[in-house]
Amino acid sequence: MTAAVALHIASPTRSASTDEPVVVRWLLIALALSFLTLFLFVPLATVFYEALRKGVGVYFNALQEEDALSAIRLTLIAAAISVPANLVFGVAAAWAIAKFEFRGKSLLITLIDLPFAVSPVISGLIYVLLFGAQGWFGPWLQAHDIRIIFAVPGIVLATTFVTFPFVARELIPLMQAQGSDDEEAAVILGASGWQTLWRVTLPNVKWGLLYGVILCNARAMGEFGAVSVVSGHIRGMTNTMPLHVEILYNEYNFAAAFAVASVLALLALVTLAAKTFVEWHFGHENRTNIQEQET
Amino acid sequence: MSPKTLHHLLVVAFVAALAPTQASADTTLLNVSYDVTREFYKDYNAAFINHWRDKTGETLTINQSHGGSSKQARAVADGLEADVITMNQANDIDMLAERGKLIPADWAKRLPNNSAPYTSTTVFLVRKGNPKGIKDWDDLVKPGVSVVIPNPKTSGNGRYSYLAAWGYVIKKGGTEQKAREFVSKLFASVPVFDGGGRAATTTFVQRNIGDVLLTFENEVQLIQKEFTESQVEVVYPSVSILAEAPVTIIDKVVDKKGSRKQAQAYLDYLYSEEGQVIAAKHHYRPRSEKVMKRYATSFRQLTLFTVDEVFGGWTRAQKVHFDDGGIFDQILLKK
Amino acid sequence: MSLLRQHLLTRHSVLPGFGLALGYTLLYLGLIVLIPLSATFFRTATMGWPAFWDAVTTPRVLASLRLTFGASLIAASINAVFGLLVAWVLVRYSFIGKRLVDAFVDLPFALPTAVAGIALTALYAGNGFIGSRLEPYGIKVAFTPLGITVALTFIGLPFVVRTVQPVLEDLEVELEEAAACLGANRLQTFQRVILPAIAPALLTGFTLALARAIGEYGSVVFIAGNMPMISEIAPLLIITKLEQYDYAGATAIAVVMLVISFALLLAINILQWWSSRRTRKAV
Repeated sequence: MTAAVALHIASPTRSASTDEPVVVRWLLIALALSFLTLFLFVPLATVFYEALRKGVGVYFNALQEEDALSAIRLTLIAAAISVPANLVFGVAAAWAIAKFEFRGKSLLITLIDLPFAVSPVISGLIYVLLFGAQGWFGPWLQAHDIRIIFAVPGIVLATTFVTFPFVARELIPLMQAQGSDDEEAAVILGASGWQTLWRVTLPNVKWGLLYGVILCNARAMGEFGAVSVVSGHIRGMTNTMPLHVEILYNEYNFAAAFAVASVLALLALVTLAAKTFVEWHFGHENRTNIQEQET
Repeated sequence: MSPKTLHHLLVVAFVAALAPTQASADTTLLNVSYDVTREFYKDYNAAFINHWRDKTGETLTINQSHGGSSKQARAVADGLEADVITMNQANDIDMLAERGKLIPADWAKRLPNNSAPYTSTTVFLVRKGNPKGIKDWDDLVKPGVSVVIPNPKTSGNGRYSYLAAWGYVIKKGGTEQKAREFVSKLFASVPVFDGGGRAATTTFVQRNIGDVLLTFENEVQLIQKEFTESQVEVVYPSVSILAEAPVTIIDKVVDKKGSRKQAQAYLDYLYSEEGQVIAAKHHYRPRSEKVMKRYATSFRQLTLFTVDEVFGGWTRAQKVHFDDGGIFDQILLKK
Repeated sequence: MSLLRQHLLTRHSVLPGFGLALGYTLLYLGLIVLIPLSATFFRTATMGWPAFWDAVTTPRVLASLRLTFGASLIAASINAVFGLLVAWVLVRYSFIGKRLVDAFVDLPFALPTAVAGIALTALYAGNGFIGSRLEPYGIKVAFTPLGITVALTFIGLPFVVRTVQPVLEDLEVELEEAAACLGANRLQTFQRVILPAIAPALLTGFTLALARAIGEYGSVVFIAGNMPMISEIAPLLIITKLEQYDYAGATAIAVVMLVISFALLLAINILQWWSSRRTRKAV
């Protein structure tokens, strides 16, 4: 890791006129790192410390347990459905909002933000009110023996609701900041809408898009409150990883609980490692392209 | 990723998601229970599956669902297809009769002992050596003693603790007014209201907050086993509450699934000697006198009163004491 | 689709796809968010106006709403300042372990909120790693409103960093060079050139962190202490109502929270739209 990271703190691409004095730089770095340490690293270290406190053997046994494995599977399924769904939505919404001026735009953005502000318990409850036995569609669903809540579809719906704004909200400010000159040029030169989207817009926003997907994915896998309401908590069937963590914790099985929690943390790290790799790979490619063009 | 691959991915994921909901050929039972019965039903289910196989040749699959008691009852009312429900408070099951019409209103009469095959009671947990000299309820309201009780608004364990304190005063011959004063004083010393019994235990044992923890007898044994490094000991008060844990089959579900026979046998077996022994091993007080005698050393004799006797039943107790604006809210806001 | 274009667009654009993009956005928004959320309003409507008013104006509910919104605002503000700082440091400087720091920023999302709550409580309790160091100064964090703010800061931490970061990365260095050539010092350049450019993203991040904090339950309930009038958050009252099978009462509080959040978010978004229009005109 350290080998890949530059040891010097001067940014090579910047000239002195756009750089801060060394002292200021150090001060800002120190301030940022102490904030992160207090609010992020220490809590996370606690998770890993607790997970490994009873030894590596206990750690791995906790993860090989059948219920843990089925919880991991269910969590991955829920994320695999809700993240792509929200990705498609996010691109559509950002296209409409960032590229056009229309009435009611602020209202639309606010509605997209709304799922964040809804208490997770309520996010789950709304689906109970819709699909529960006492709900609007409940009797019809029961008559046709279709299960939505207390089964996988309910978990997917709740996850989708909770992670709804992530991709859209990541893309909107980015695409607004970029403006639509590139796209307009492409269209005037005869590209179709889809071609413009695929060849111009998406490459321009790929990092923002990736950030959005990563956030969305991390949150989808970590969601607890909303899923807890619609899950039914059937062991080995409708328990996701966060719910399994709660069960283990409530069994006073702290080491195992934190072990599963640390896997969630690691899953997020893996996606980020993938991101860093892709970034590095593409960045490298682009740079050589530019150099070729220049020579 | 092209739209086509994305589409394929969605389809695959959707199919994969639906697959696990398919039931297997043999009968599957779902027991929806509250939080702390996990260890007990793990053992009990294994025993019953053997018993049923020996008797009928059929191999059962028994699934378990655990969570906060009211939340679990709510899930069943909202369509979680439980064959049997095993709670720690009768009003959580009454609700199924009222709201969902899932069971008959007189469900409690269908099995012996108010349909509660095992019980527990509220006891005290104190720090090693009992530095504050806690012996009975009156010691809890002495100045300088702080008591950890889970929030009665969200925890069945907390509700039983509250009712136990109230009933103690009544049983001593005190008036409702005296009981109210006593409970007010008790709750004025609570430093943290945790959401559930297990969270309160963590606060008491691991965060080292409070001098006394009120919790179920069956929990105390587990705490002493799990937190060997922690220094706590149990104190039995002179009088406490009989926490009856009612069970019932969910008629609407078993009739639809055709699992009434198995579900009924599952609950009946709780009253058998084998079932009672497993309950006693997990520190639930058995109803069978024979089994109780055998485990007499694990269960201290003390005067126990029921919710029906002192509070006129759970529905009334809930309404008078715990509903919004009830006595519990009043004493808490006055503080 | 062309109807949408005719009636809604306030400025002509050569770009295609407005009808499709907006149509799909509205459809998906309606199915996933609006129809389900409307269920809370309908459920609340069953209780009637006086009952609703009584349910949401008791001193206890008001105190919890004050606490929830107050702590959320403070936490989001902390995140706005420090999130911007973190994003800046991550984009502009290189130092040992930067990649690692960058990767860890998202972890508050991945950690189940209950785990975050438990870990934070363990740290900030009187006998915890951090709590025991603060105790001698008379600062109590766990089981006080301060603890709630800490938990809400934790869960909202990635929002500002992750919304500001891509915009900061895309910022053209030429602008800053031009400002420097025209004689601006670093602070002036930051105030006049950089800050306006990242302001929309910063405000977005602040809004999201705020919104997320308002609804949070899982992590807070462990560290809050849950004392009525002091450290009882509104989502806990919703749970309390549900424990009594009072769906209407629970959704009533939810509706109040929703309306307040909606108004708050709308105000911020309009402010942002207005400020972006102003800067565009100025350019």
